[in-house]
Amino acid sequence: MNRTYELMFIVRPDMAEEDQDKLLSTLEAAVSSSGGQVKNVDRSMGKRRLAYTVRKFNDGIYVLLTVEGSGGMVRELERRLRVTEPVIKFLTVRIDEDQKRIDKIKAIRDAKRKASVASAPAATPEPAGETPAVTA
Amino acid sequence: MAEETRPTASPTAEGGAERAERRGPRPYGQGGPGASRDAGAGRKFFRRKKVCKFCTEKIDSFNYKDVRLLAQFVAESGKIVPRRLTGVCTPHQRRLSAAIKQARNIALLPFAGRAS
Repeated sequence: MNRTYELMFIVRPDMAEEDQDKLLSTLEAAVSSSGGQVKNVDRSMGKRRLAYTVRKFNDGIYVLLTVEGSGGMVRELERRLRVTEPVIKFLTVRIDEDQKRIDKIKAIRDAKRKASVASAPAATPEPAGETPAVTA
Repeated sequence: MAEETRPTASPTAEGGAERAERRGPRPYGQGGPGASRDAGAGRKFFRRKKVCKFCTEKIDSFNYKDVRLLAQFVAESGKIVPRRLTGVCTPHQRRLSAAIKQARNIALLPFAGRAS
């Protein structure tokens, strides 16, 4: 019940802001009703030129939705997206396994860095961030 | 006498064959980088060892959304560039290729650019 998915979909470029919000709230309702959780809604990609023509559109508004839940929930979300007319394309990717791998690599790297810092008393400037005594 | 005649531009059969052999592909494939004997790869042996960009820069992860990064490994025609040209290591090439295919599906990268 803790699978994390990334759902990216493209909406037709002439869709109004409020309709987009309505669509998002419908999706969020579907997520919570099937026991999931919306982690993040990212609309920073916004309107972009598509690499090829999709349903006669050359631009589209990209929306990225990060959710946590089960596979059944994703099936329901995709069904809704398929039915929604303004949505012209979608892609669901499972990201929890990948995230685990990345965290493991980062943990190993941080452990290595801490080990090297411990042996040499001079603190590395990077992880320390702002050191008050450092002058430019 | 052989050394004297070599620098002169007389296309002796021996000198020509030597040069051709060195330049062209070997008839019995030498292992390693000379293995792919088709055009472009069989030149000199190692062709300035290319390193995997992801391994050297320690790029942890990338996904289909990093279009600018992925586009570096895609030819003008939209095809994925083979790893013997880019020097990417195998696990990264596999992930890269999966990411490119995902990006193509979500219209971030084209399936085919201009005709190849």
